[in-house]
Amino acid sequence: MVLFISVLEQGMIYAIMALGVYITYKILDFPDLTVDGSFPMGAAITAVMISRGINPLLTLPVCFLAGAAVGMLTGLIHVKLKVRDLLSGIIMMTALYTVNLRIAGRANLPIYNKTTIFDNDIVNGMPGGIADYRAILIIFAITLVSKYLLDWYLGTKSGMLLRAVGDNDRIITSLSVDKGLVKIVGLAIANGLVALSGCIFAQQQRYFDVSMGTGTVVIGLASVIIGTSLFKKITVLRVTSSVVIGSVLYKGCVALAISLGFESTDLKMITAALFLAILVLGMERKRRVKVDA
Amino acid sequence: MLELKHIHKYYNPGTVNEMCLFRDFNFRVEDGEFVSVVGSNGSGKTSMLNIICGSIAADSGQILMNGRDITNLSEYRRLSKIGRVFQNPSMGTCPSMTIMENLSLAENKGKSYNLGRCVNKKRRETYQDMLRPLNLGLEDKLDVKVGALSGGQRQAMALLMSTMTPIEFLILDEHTAALDPKTAEINMQLTEQIVRQKKLTSIMVTHNLRYALEYGNRIIMMHQGKIILDKKGKEKEDLHVDEVLGLFNEISIECGN
Repeated sequence: MVLFISVLEQGMIYAIMALGVYITYKILDFPDLTVDGSFPMGAAITAVMISRGINPLLTLPVCFLAGAAVGMLTGLIHVKLKVRDLLSGIIMMTALYTVNLRIAGRANLPIYNKTTIFDNDIVNGMPGGIADYRAILIIFAITLVSKYLLDWYLGTKSGMLLRAVGDNDRIITSLSVDKGLVKIVGLAIANGLVALSGCIFAQQQRYFDVSMGTGTVVIGLASVIIGTSLFKKITVLRVTSSVVIGSVLYKGCVALAISLGFESTDLKMITAALFLAILVLGMERKRRVKVDA
Repeated sequence: MLELKHIHKYYNPGTVNEMCLFRDFNFRVEDGEFVSVVGSNGSGKTSMLNIICGSIAADSGQILMNGRDITNLSEYRRLSKIGRVFQNPSMGTCPSMTIMENLSLAENKGKSYNLGRCVNKKRRETYQDMLRPLNLGLEDKLDVKVGALSGGQRQAMALLMSTMTPIEFLILDEHTAALDPKTAEINMQLTEQIVRQKKLTSIMVTHNLRYALEYGNRIIMMHQGKIILDKKGKEKEDLHVDEVLGLFNEISIECGN
């Protein structure tokens, strides 16, 4: 049960990041590696704010906005300086490593015994029965709110443009809208979500570490691909919901692998192997469908 | 009124492959004209459209729209007054969105794409009425993704979407070339109906000489970046397919085809 809750917690936290990756990878068709830098950036900002005793609720909007600014920069590099999408992300990811060190002041910043969104007077005042589920309830709430806000946004005129730009960017130009601007907005929202995810992660784990971002984009991509390919046929389920479930399933797979006797040092290898397996299996499905048709 | 003045355009300048397409190219389309453009491959038809729309920049020269210089205006800004339909049906629609969503998106052109809801369910019937006359069965498929439609259906959608909002110019780039004869006919008739109804100034590039003569009130033939035939009104009506074909053969022989 403890393991299950911990998988659910981790999965739901990473789900917010996966929603961001969903925007860039699936909607914008933009392989955005900025994620590996914006996730720990959210954590760094949060660790610093928390250790200074700032209200933890404030960390959420601050991290989202900081992430959005970073995403905007990636977009500007890509759109205005005409650097290829993959390289724009790599440049930002590399630069952010230094930025994160500067924000935190050092490579590792623990925030034990501080007030966080999981550990404050209101939460601690909750009745004892749900004490074990406090964290998961809070994470659930934040993830669902993020998901529904994203769903709402994708139905607006601005959100519809975002969906259209990855689909067929000529149409954006035909609609007399600057497609570069749409891409920048998309990257901003995506990285805002990623930084928000990093923010919650830091508060739940109670530390910031400069290397905690490594491989984030792989986790995000794996979650998006699991979610979208597993639940492709279930039309009642929104894609964003599939992504959230995909993220939890992915964390479940990793937890399973570890409980099978792998060491935590093997984690990245497991991540990579799982990702490969998901990609290959996802392709297999597609081919079979084509033969049927 | 659209006008190209003293346009020069070189491809691959400074290399052994340097090719001059336009040398002092001039072209003027008056309001209300529907110009059919014919010509061999590489004669500069599509390049001309691209220069008008701003997809490619001319090396020198001026582009005027209603007397206003738009030479340095970016493509997306120019397209606020221009609708454009491409040869490839998938270029004018969003395949992963439904017909309803595509039409809603197109209807908002010229207005701000803000945080208001994009799809307005009340518009459903209006859209259905718009699609019904096409006889393509699209009116019952509003919630079907456009990617699942046939090329002809998508092209009809693209045509409707590019002309839904008030525009002044319509640019058609071989928009029936990828369609079967019957669907091409439906799309041509739809084109003419829209052009007439909305009084659009249109330029249509086509390889179908019959369409070029049958539709529109002016025809030009291009060859190696020059206009070698330009007939309008009565003169155009008197023009016969054989004459155009004859001229076409002449230029083709010249090219060694």
